[in-house]
Amino acid sequence: MSGNNPILQLDGLRKVFGGVVALDGLCLSVGENTITSVIGPNGAGKTTVFNLITGYLAPSSGAMIYKNTRLQGTKPHTIALLGIGRTFQNVRIFPDMTVLENVMVGRHARSRAGVTVSAFLPAFLRPEEKRIQAEAGSWLDFVGLAEAADMPAGSLPLGKQRMLEVARALAIEPDLLLLDEPASGLNSRETIAMGDLIHRIRENRITVMLVEHDMELVMEVSDRVAVMNFGRLVAEGTPREVQEDPEVIAAYLGE
Amino acid sequence: MAARDIIGFCILIALVLVMPHVVGNDYYIGVLIFAAFNCMACIGLSLLMGYAGQISLGHGAFIAIGAYASGLLTTELGWSPWSAMAAGAFAAMAIAFIVGIPTLRLKGHYLAMATLGFASIIHIVAVAATDLTGGPAGVLNIPRLSLFGYPLDSDTRYYYFAWTAVVIGLYLAFNLIHSRVGRALRAIHGSEDAAGAAGINTAAYKVQVFVVSAAYASVSGSLYAYYVNYIDPGPFDVMHSVLLVTMVAVGGLHHVWGAVVGAVLLSLLPEVLSFTAGYLQVIGIQYRPDYDILVYGGILLVIMLFLPEGLFAGMIAGGKSVWNLVKRVIRGKQVVRE
Amino acid sequence: MEAGLTTDMLQFLFMGIQRGAIYAMVAMGFNMIYNATGIINFAQGEFVVLGGLMMVSMTMALNLSLVFAFMVSVAFVTVVGILMERLTINPVRRPTVLRLIIITIAVSILLKGAAMCFWGKGSHYMRHFTDAPPLEFMGAYILPQTLWIIGMLALVVIGYVAFFNYTMTGKCMRACAINRDAARLAGINDRRMVMLSFALSAAIGAIAGIIITPIIQMDYARGALLGLKGFGAAVVGGLGNSMGAVVAGLLLGIIEAGSGGYISSHYMDAIALVIMLGVLFVRPGGLFGSSEMVRLKEF
Repeated sequence: MSGNNPILQLDGLRKVFGGVVALDGLCLSVGENTITSVIGPNGAGKTTVFNLITGYLAPSSGAMIYKNTRLQGTKPHTIALLGIGRTFQNVRIFPDMTVLENVMVGRHARSRAGVTVSAFLPAFLRPEEKRIQAEAGSWLDFVGLAEAADMPAGSLPLGKQRMLEVARALAIEPDLLLLDEPASGLNSRETIAMGDLIHRIRENRITVMLVEHDMELVMEVSDRVAVMNFGRLVAEGTPREVQEDPEVIAAYLGE
Repeated sequence: MAARDIIGFCILIALVLVMPHVVGNDYYIGVLIFAAFNCMACIGLSLLMGYAGQISLGHGAFIAIGAYASGLLTTELGWSPWSAMAAGAFAAMAIAFIVGIPTLRLKGHYLAMATLGFASIIHIVAVAATDLTGGPAGVLNIPRLSLFGYPLDSDTRYYYFAWTAVVIGLYLAFNLIHSRVGRALRAIHGSEDAAGAAGINTAAYKVQVFVVSAAYASVSGSLYAYYVNYIDPGPFDVMHSVLLVTMVAVGGLHHVWGAVVGAVLLSLLPEVLSFTAGYLQVIGIQYRPDYDILVYGGILLVIMLFLPEGLFAGMIAGGKSVWNLVKRVIRGKQVVRE
Repeated sequence: MEAGLTTDMLQFLFMGIQRGAIYAMVAMGFNMIYNATGIINFAQGEFVVLGGLMMVSMTMALNLSLVFAFMVSVAFVTVVGILMERLTINPVRRPTVLRLIIITIAVSILLKGAAMCFWGKGSHYMRHFTDAPPLEFMGAYILPQTLWIIGMLALVVIGYVAFFNYTMTGKCMRACAINRDAARLAGINDRRMVMLSFALSAAIGAIAGIIITPIIQMDYARGALLGLKGFGAAVVGGLGNSMGAVVAGLLLGIIEAGSGGYISSHYMDAIALVIMLGVLFVRPGGLFGSSEMVRLKEF
């Protein structure tokens, strides 16, 4: 155990789809202010875990506890309000909005203007709008996309789109950030930049949990690594410990 | 508000001010007034279709609710026309809320069919509930609207009033789009999952946009009632709802201006068709107004197949191409000169 | 008193089965296209209208024999369905569900307009299949045409089951419905399956129109309401589940006839729609479908 307080606890988490057992009693503890990576062969159930935590799927059984709150049955937007942000495996930015607007959407959870105010007051009379724009701008700065602010998000290359998605997730001011394969499709230069960003995120006292296939990134960035196979936890520890665990080697190479 | 939208407003206001003098004839002013009513309803529908990405085939029902509320509350209970219009809008919004909550959670064609069913039910009730709605004969002697004591009793006055209402409606809509709420709606349209992860309650927003669109429709129905001063179930059938969807789809789903373009064009279309009928008769084709429906269906099909973004987007794209061409020609001339 | 009640109920039952059989068939048509493409074909009701009107022309104007006219009418509407798919659905490069639905709405407008142009606005009379007097059963009367309707429904259901369970093509269509990409990889021409689904839907719709016209006198405007109620039956039975659709259609028809008799005939049409809305709100998966499937949004 890492010695930090656990910010997220998964207890006997189980998910069954029809006949397929995607998760088979997963038990995992994520310490505050750590960077935890979840790795495993394809189909091990990694993205399913994220989808369960963030409310897109309901667990068949088991518990998810985030800061003393049970997460079952909570809708995705409420989970975002609780302080859990996420990115998606296949980048889901809003291609028809500008880069800045994408991040401004992330500020939705921290702003209030409703339909009535929005319809009747013109934009220049709404101070909240200016605040949202400034805050979004600072998050864009943080990930290094400030120059692209007014470009349509769909025109960015994949590496920058992934950065944008992270910026949007950061804009909700999460305490826990879930990154789903953030390095997927990135070249080595972009991957190093992503690793750098993850470190800086942790410096801002945000806990990071990532699902990743890129082993260099995982070993470089993680405090703890959890290895999954067949919906179960196979090993858990520091990167070095996990690398040398015979069960892990067996899981990846087959028996 | 974007620069393009402000230009659009200026063009629209200029056209509105100029048209009565161009047209000069009360009948055609009446046509333009009906175009305004359709515009109003289509603005709301465009918010629903363009941003929530859902079809409502029942907006005729919300128009009917507004019209009947205006008609009945004024004639039966002596309410003032303005209060009756407000009441109609609230009723429409409440019903939209009730219908929207369960159906907007489901796949889109459920909403389309649910609204179609709902509109059919309203139409059947309007015809059958003779005690309440006056049945097929409808409600007569609906009072005129007055604006601060100034009665709106001529076509020209009502024309300016109706189009002012449309401009106000557009202003509210554009404000909404360029706001936190509008961003949320566009996010939902871009990717519902990502919108949820950003803290947007997608289900609630869809219902809200549905409710707003119902309010627009209801107001347009009230304005209609105060113009013709009687209502019967005839104009509020399912075909009218389908026509509204046609207007928005033809004009362009993703811009509110598209709805305006579509509504105006398709409202003027019957006049254009009866005008050309004269020419067709010369070459031996007997065109009857009944054939209008074929033209509507044909236009909708052709646009959906070949210009699915709608006429407005097509106009913008066409304009951009022309502009690029002009720039290239000018640059070419400059190169030659050097 | 007791005998009167039973007689009335039986009468409504017969009338309900008569109407319900049509809703069942329209629902089956919706389900077939839905299963193959994921869209709702708003022109389904127009197939019914065209079938009926064509049959009227074949029998009353051209005096063809019943069987021959039947085959010609069904063939005609089937061709219309195929043309619809080939010309308006298949060529669409980037099909979003919203766009396809609007396209089917456009086609329904065109078909309705065409029907109005060719057959006018009036109702069309067609003679019943057999000229026998109504049969009596425990005090209630059942039209011979209703027996034809029941028989036709049975044939269609048997044909449906046989086709989808025992023929290669039927099994291919089912494969496409379950997983289109996998079916394509297995060598099934999924585009052709889509065309086939439209053809079969049109055919079933035509049959429904043909058998009901002698009773209701078809006119060009009937499509919308018939389609809507047929969709209601599809929803109540669980969208995509055609056997459920048959049961739901018959149920819907019977409830409609009953409420027409006991509540009010003016609101009869609205009753089926209210039931559809009720089911949509409370149990959108229908009586025989699953709620979870329905929540999985693609639209």
